[in-house]
Amino acid sequence: MSVWVGEEARILIQGITGKQGGFHGTKMAEYGSNIVGGVTPGKGGTTVSLNGRDVPVFNRVEEAIIQTDAEVSVLYVPPPFAGAAIKEAAAAFHNIRGEGLIVCITEGIPILDMLDVTSELERYPLVRLIGPNCPGIITPGEIGGSKIGIMPGQIHRKGRIGIVSKSGTLTYEAVAQTTGIGEGQSTCIGIGGDPIQGTGFIDCLEAFEQDPQTEAIVLIGEIGGSAEEEAALWIRKNGTKPVVGFVAGSTAPPGKRMGHAGAIISGGKGTAEEKIKAFEEAGIYVANDPSVIGDVLKKALVDAGLAAK
Amino acid sequence: MNIHEYQAKKMFRDAGVPVLDGVHCKNVNDAIKAYEDLGKGTVAVKSQIHAGGRGKGVLYHPKTGELVMNGGVKIATSLEEVEQYSSGILGNVLVTKQTGDSGKLVRNLYVESGCDIDHEYYLAMLVDRGSNSLLVMASVEGGMDIEEVAERNPESIHRIYSRGKNGFSEEQSLSLGGNLELTGKSLSEFSKMILRLSKMFIESDCGMIEINPLVKTGGGDMIALDAKISLDDNASFRHPEWEEMRDLDEEEEVEIRANQTGLSYVKLDGDIGCMVNGAGLAMATMDVIKLYGGEPANFLDVGGGADEDQVTTAFSIILEDPNVKGILVNIFGGIMRCDIIARGIISAVNKLGLTRPLVVRLAGTNVEDGKAILSGSGLNIHTATSLSDGAKRIVNLVKEAQ
Repeated sequence: MSVWVGEEARILIQGITGKQGGFHGTKMAEYGSNIVGGVTPGKGGTTVSLNGRDVPVFNRVEEAIIQTDAEVSVLYVPPPFAGAAIKEAAAAFHNIRGEGLIVCITEGIPILDMLDVTSELERYPLVRLIGPNCPGIITPGEIGGSKIGIMPGQIHRKGRIGIVSKSGTLTYEAVAQTTGIGEGQSTCIGIGGDPIQGTGFIDCLEAFEQDPQTEAIVLIGEIGGSAEEEAALWIRKNGTKPVVGFVAGSTAPPGKRMGHAGAIISGGKGTAEEKIKAFEEAGIYVANDPSVIGDVLKKALVDAGLAAK
Repeated sequence: MNIHEYQAKKMFRDAGVPVLDGVHCKNVNDAIKAYEDLGKGTVAVKSQIHAGGRGKGVLYHPKTGELVMNGGVKIATSLEEVEQYSSGILGNVLVTKQTGDSGKLVRNLYVESGCDIDHEYYLAMLVDRGSNSLLVMASVEGGMDIEEVAERNPESIHRIYSRGKNGFSEEQSLSLGGNLELTGKSLSEFSKMILRLSKMFIESDCGMIEINPLVKTGGGDMIALDAKISLDDNASFRHPEWEEMRDLDEEEEVEIRANQTGLSYVKLDGDIGCMVNGAGLAMATMDVIKLYGGEPANFLDVGGGADEDQVTTAFSIILEDPNVKGILVNIFGGIMRCDIIARGIISAVNKLGLTRPLVVRLAGTNVEDGKAILSGSGLNIHTATSLSDGAKRIVNLVKEAQ
């Protein structure tokens, strides 16, 4: 098992004929992702070659799902069109399959467009959005696996650690360290750094709790908002698997946006200090330095009887 | 992107949200003329900078640092006072609680008519990330710091929420006004104001609107006495009119240059410069420098696909900061290949020269090639095996050099 995405998941790429879509589509195909089609309005009927395989392009998501039975769509669509593209995918999955997963990599979508998208998604309870402004989701396999996004595939290895994070490169750091101590990953989910997003920490934690392959969790947060505190509260009430946490931004000054749109301490709220305190109170193993996530995870596994000393 | 009060008030006026008459001025003569045009009487002479706390701010001479005047917002009742206050404000540096110690040079002034005030309220409209909604917050305790009110008297803050892009209903606005104990004409004006503000918020892609204070006059009219608007930068592609409203003087020159190159840079007060890919890792790198006894000089995210030019620009921005005594580069190559980063570093060092210690930590795609390129360059570059190792090394190197 794994979370939301199986190793053989059938994937569509929205924006497949663009520079980003083509580049990352190729990387995904090289990793072993099962890309069954692409969508670019006006380019229907053509094909795109990804890693030596011709992938059909459709004008509309609905048509693509009907033809390919796709269950996931990943978006490399420029910000002005991304909101509408998510809504199109959501309606299509809902109408045809009754469910689906949308992964939006795009950074820089206007916040009001995302308000519109999230309220529309409420009409499709079994359609899930990951992102926007995120690295995506990956379920590594024994050979290959399903990489849906922009993360470097080769650092991953199939295993029992679930990873969820707001930050791309920090996720890679955590992945490399779990692999470094001889562990691997069940599924890694980048939820992104935007203030308004689809899937949150708690959705991921619930899924990792239910996933038999996942035995421990790494949770990586950053300053801004209160999602980390809410996740900690959820873990306190419901968590049975060991969790290792890290929060970036202890040294960030208040009132300044640190790269991600959502990474800002405003009105004294959203500090790393508060989040780390909430983590500690929830019994999360806190790493104070991302370089020690591997060591802290090792200790958490030993304490839980999941690894030998 | 932030805009000035005088620009925000123009947006209010266009949207039908009541404001007082006022004139934007660039010099003392403008201010004197504005006073005459506004019919003399009582006016407010207001500094225009992109920071709050102006009323309680202090003005200093930009060269000598001598105190010029207390208060960046002054009430004037005569031509002489208008002249005195506007010359005390324009061309001087205003330091407020939000500007930091260096303050901001005041280049713009707003002269606005006065009104009688019966009560001051607080009103803000923003996107609430917890509930994925538009949110209006209002309080009977206006004219003061809302964070302080939230701390001291949280029950006085009332909220209404709206999902999607439809804005608020009349019922919601009336109920909010009722919570502020508004009645009759004031209540109906307040309700209209909320509906117009929410329409404007959505059409103009605002990120936040804050009116503090919103006032009720003796006659029961509701007027936005202050106006603060920030616009959502991500929506700039559909607002060509923003280009004209943007006041680059109010932004850090180096942060603008970084943005234009696709870099995200924030200057800090420490002495160890850093260059990192990814916002989360860039923050974590700052944190780890501090953890091992150093102080980060900046946040700098070169993004996911930086090329040689961006690396060179990033380096030159870091080196321009005279406080920087050492540099830590931390790259986790994913999309970005370590060999490209290594070449970028060498070309930047060759172009800009390097007199300060440099530690580079590379991981991920093509890491061995990257390390080989650095060690074969003959340059004095220290390589690190992990982020902790890199942070410890640069902290020690900077200490040794002192």
